[in-house]
Amino acid sequence: MLLTTMLLIPLVGSIVVFLLPVAKAALAKQVALGFAIVTLAVSLVVVAGLDNSTGLLQYVESYEWIAAFGISWTLGVNGISALLIVMSTILVPVAMIAGWWDAENATRGTAKGYFALILILESCMIGAFAANDLFLFYVFFEAMLFPVYFLIGRFGGPQRAYAAMKFLLYSLVGGLFMLAAMIGLYVVSARELGAGTFDVVTLTSLNIDPGTQKMLFLGFFFAFAVKAPMVPFHTWLPDAAAEATPGTSTLLVGVLDKVGTFGMLHFLLPIFPEASKFYAPIIIVLAVISIFYGALVAIGQTDVMRLIAFTSISHFGFIVLGIFVFTSQGLSGASFYMVNHGFSTGALFLVMGYLVSRRGSKRIADYGGVQKVAPIMTGVFLLSGLSSLALPGMSSFVSEFLVLAGTFAVNQPAAIFATLGIVLAAVYILWLYQRMMTGMPPQEVTETVTEINRRELTAVVPLIVLLIALGFFPQVALNAINPAVQQVQEYVGFSDPQATVEIEGSGP
Amino acid sequence: MIAALIGLPLFGAVVLLLGGRRTNAWGHLLAVAMSASSFFVAAILFVQMIGKPEEEREIGQHLFDWIAVGAFQIPFGFLLDQLSIVFVLLITGVGTLIHIYSIGYMEHEPNRRQFFGYLNLFIAAMLLLVLADNYFLLYLGWESVGLASYLLISFYQQKPSAAAAGKKAFIVNRVGDVGLALAILLMFVTFGTLSFEGVAAGAGIASPSTLTWIGLALLLAACGKSAQFPLQSWLLDAMEGPTPVSALIHAATMVTAGVYLIVRAHAIFDLSETARTAVVAVGAITLLLGAFIGTAKDDIKKGLAGSTMSQIGYMILAAGLGPVGYVFAIFHLLTHGMFKAGLFLGAGSVMHGMHDDVNMRHYGALRTMMKVTYATFGLGFLAIIGIPPFAGFWSKDEIIHAAFGQNMFIGLATLLGAGVTAFYMTRMMAMTFFGEARWEPDVKPHESSAVMTIPMIVLALGSAFGGMAMLFIGDIEHWLEPVTGFAYPQNSVSNAVLIPITLSVILVGAGYAWLRYGRRPIPVVAPANVSLLTRTARADAYGDAINESLFMRPGQYLTRSLTWFDTKAIDGFVGGIAAAIGGLSARSRRLQNGLVRSYALTMLGGAALIALVLLLVRL
Amino acid sequence: MNPNNYLVLAAILFTIGAYGVLVRRNAIIVFLSVELMLNAANLAFVAAARNTGTLDGLVAAFFVMVVAAAEVVVGLAIIVTIFRTRRSASIDEASLMKY
Repeated sequence: MLLTTMLLIPLVGSIVVFLLPVAKAALAKQVALGFAIVTLAVSLVVVAGLDNSTGLLQYVESYEWIAAFGISWTLGVNGISALLIVMSTILVPVAMIAGWWDAENATRGTAKGYFALILILESCMIGAFAANDLFLFYVFFEAMLFPVYFLIGRFGGPQRAYAAMKFLLYSLVGGLFMLAAMIGLYVVSARELGAGTFDVVTLTSLNIDPGTQKMLFLGFFFAFAVKAPMVPFHTWLPDAAAEATPGTSTLLVGVLDKVGTFGMLHFLLPIFPEASKFYAPIIIVLAVISIFYGALVAIGQTDVMRLIAFTSISHFGFIVLGIFVFTSQGLSGASFYMVNHGFSTGALFLVMGYLVSRRGSKRIADYGGVQKVAPIMTGVFLLSGLSSLALPGMSSFVSEFLVLAGTFAVNQPAAIFATLGIVLAAVYILWLYQRMMTGMPPQEVTETVTEINRRELTAVVPLIVLLIALGFFPQVALNAINPAVQQVQEYVGFSDPQATVEIEGSGP
Repeated sequence: MIAALIGLPLFGAVVLLLGGRRTNAWGHLLAVAMSASSFFVAAILFVQMIGKPEEEREIGQHLFDWIAVGAFQIPFGFLLDQLSIVFVLLITGVGTLIHIYSIGYMEHEPNRRQFFGYLNLFIAAMLLLVLADNYFLLYLGWESVGLASYLLISFYQQKPSAAAAGKKAFIVNRVGDVGLALAILLMFVTFGTLSFEGVAAGAGIASPSTLTWIGLALLLAACGKSAQFPLQSWLLDAMEGPTPVSALIHAATMVTAGVYLIVRAHAIFDLSETARTAVVAVGAITLLLGAFIGTAKDDIKKGLAGSTMSQIGYMILAAGLGPVGYVFAIFHLLTHGMFKAGLFLGAGSVMHGMHDDVNMRHYGALRTMMKVTYATFGLGFLAIIGIPPFAGFWSKDEIIHAAFGQNMFIGLATLLGAGVTAFYMTRMMAMTFFGEARWEPDVKPHESSAVMTIPMIVLALGSAFGGMAMLFIGDIEHWLEPVTGFAYPQNSVSNAVLIPITLSVILVGAGYAWLRYGRRPIPVVAPANVSLLTRTARADAYGDAINESLFMRPGQYLTRSLTWFDTKAIDGFVGGIAAAIGGLSARSRRLQNGLVRSYALTMLGGAALIALVLLLVRL
Repeated sequence: MNPNNYLVLAAILFTIGAYGVLVRRNAIIVFLSVELMLNAANLAFVAAARNTGTLDGLVAAFFVMVVAAAEVVVGLAIIVTIFRTRRSASIDEASLMKY
């Protein structure tokens, strides 16, 4: 019941907020924030009660829904999905606080609508991470597009209509392929079991013949690759992230995109182990291309929000790389990376949002010397930037290195190329910092840019504290992730390679 | 106890950086206190260590398990042995002196508190680097000192050149860090562990080619951090930072981390001839290149930076010689830490008296104006060029001796380097303290305050007597032997022959410089029609130009073309599909013309068609 | 009597109706033609019912009649309204609902 309750709280919250009169915007915001915080508390209870000795699903609840098609309301979490849910429930109130006034100037839509949409989105995100019925997952997967569509289309920048429509169509096309593959999977399960099912655990235990696996895998993978996003299915992200409000971008890139990589880890690998192994070499190449491509194109951007979006494409390359090398370090690193990336990219989007809302421009060239007028904001930006470039001491370093270590053990060229990517990360962050923050501030900057205020600081400081704390004590998260990763490895039938010296030592 | 070494400066850094303006009044004092108490703790640990028998001197401290995923088990643990303690003493000792010096040097800087916060952060990070008990934790320290270095180089952020220099230092260092990361990855898949102990134990049974690759990757890391060829270009730009930073980070401590890394990983290098040869080659090239650059610089700090590169080249070369060289690499590192820090502080003192002018052509005849600075700088000068009995003589001579044992050419390179060192340092002395006064009338050279001169005096004493003390009282060879191993060089030229030769080379270099710069007037503006060699040296041997044409320009081109490709090709393709569908709809929309009768005709046609199909199928 | 004759008659009536719908512009005439087509279909239904001796065709014919009656009510009302506003009963002129 706990998971369903957690999912329903924001949904109820959104209805309450929506029913409030338009004039009482302040009350609506407070109520929305209250519901988000209650959800956060419940999610923390879930994580605290998690049993770290098993990688199987916990808190499982299953109710019949559409029995005729074997569809049920099945929720359950393991360490990975529980952490991703907590990440989402942390980012939602943070995005609300940071975007407290973002909805005031929207031409269509009201502040209460903005907050209600965020709550609906939160509900869908929790559902997508907790769903263990494929059909239910699909419902959440598609349902979350609509709050985001309105969040971008009503409250975004000048190109919002274009960006929102592009986002929606891209995702729907991806989802369509998934739907087709899902129906195929249902038919396969009906043939094997007599009665078709969408239950993930049951589907995992099926022995699907490799040829069919390969077909179905592609349908799911395309949907997840669009959502993740991987090069070359990425072009919706920069537009969406640049046009949305910073809070929406945070949730979009920080959480929504994770559904794609989470889907690869949670559904693709266990259900299609043979196909995963078959396609792994190609996907690894795509992931490495994503790492480089995202980083290089990020360096070439002139719009700061687009730059951050492209850095995320590079980071998603690392996550996908970690997933498809199948080693425990790779999978744990990728899972942990998803959490860290949410925080670090969220912090970057929010701080940049503060700056953009002051100066009124997203062009990097319009800035310079911000550290002179807003040193604290600059410091916060530098810290989130350092996390983005995976500086040791930040949690993103731990996850990035785990991915590299996991990759190196099985695919050395990919690991070496990916390691070179860390130089590019330093280039795009530090060059951005140099262009925007250092030097003498031009007149427009001194006139418009003011120091970060208390509310804004309240929103980002928790993220930065988390990034640093998890950098030194990553085991807090990894202890929950590791058993789930072992379970995935078991499904795939892959065990870590041994260190070479030990093999030589044990030989004749 | 070991954790306290790092914890104290870290605490200072956190208080100063988070405390904000409230800590402005007393922040610098807190920083000095934290650094000094860390030195105090180090001294206690050192005394304790001396008291113990040789085999019990190594102590460890396990704080907690940092990362544990499958076989990837990394403890957050420290190791204090004979090697790390000398580093700890150098870092905290010289660090504290420079903290004190900075109180005076940064007195008028509004962000002084922040500066001290960064300095404390650096001390903590550097201590973490040398105290880590595994390569992964060392990596944390390694990049953290890089961060501190970045922050301090671009401390004057409003200056575009400083901001650019900081970024360049970080990025070039990151190239080196790729080496360290790859070495760690290779070690992990080869040995299944990353502890110093485990790697050393496994090295004996690993395949030679693996060891060579690990060694080369470690060398790349060392090149980045220690500004060795081909990653040397950032160090000269790093002089944009405040002078105490140049003294502490870019002369005495951080840039020597590469030497520490190679000596620490000696188990790998001991077993790989190829990797050692590469190390020696890099060291030899850099020691000559750095010295060569130093000969033509008019900027006193850049001259010293070239010298730092060159001296670290000596250390790297020594480390590449194997057991005959490790201890002398560390020995030279320690003496260099003292005299180079002293020289930089002296340069800072001169700049302080000359309105922050760094051009030596605007100096001259300062020996009477700045007596203390002259004396301390002079002692550092004698130490670096290797005049007995000053510190540099003992360590450099041992390296030259060991180098001749390895190979005649390597030996000659070190000998030549010694001569060039004498040349550029004499040139620096002559241009700064001798000759006629060339400064503008409104500049009033004056001696610095006691808070600055006392650290200089302490370091000068170290430059004078430190070498002898470490060699004869401390018995540095045998102190380090349990950690690094030690062997006397074989088949080398005997010291009785070598020392006179070395000294005469040094005297020739110094004498030639004196003839050119001490006896002749020096033009205030650098002459333009100079030899190709001088021009090359002035342009840092075209290091930046090469980097620019090899990496930066193609990189920019690649970035631009990929950005174009992304918007035009990929997004264009996506947009093209959308446009195609839109166009198709626009056409088919025309069928909906509003004429009821045309719809009726379409319906009839459709019905007829269906009927026809049904008929045909039945037939 | 040969049931084919009824079907032929139904086909002729249907064709006349269809022709009327396609070529006439007056809405009332078009409407009449549509009725003619409906009744042609009805005739075919009834003939078929008679031929097979089942009630299915008769039921269908009743449905058609009901639909036709309802259609006349709605259709005539629309035509009258259009005529009032546009002063014309030409269906070609009432072509505003396009693309």
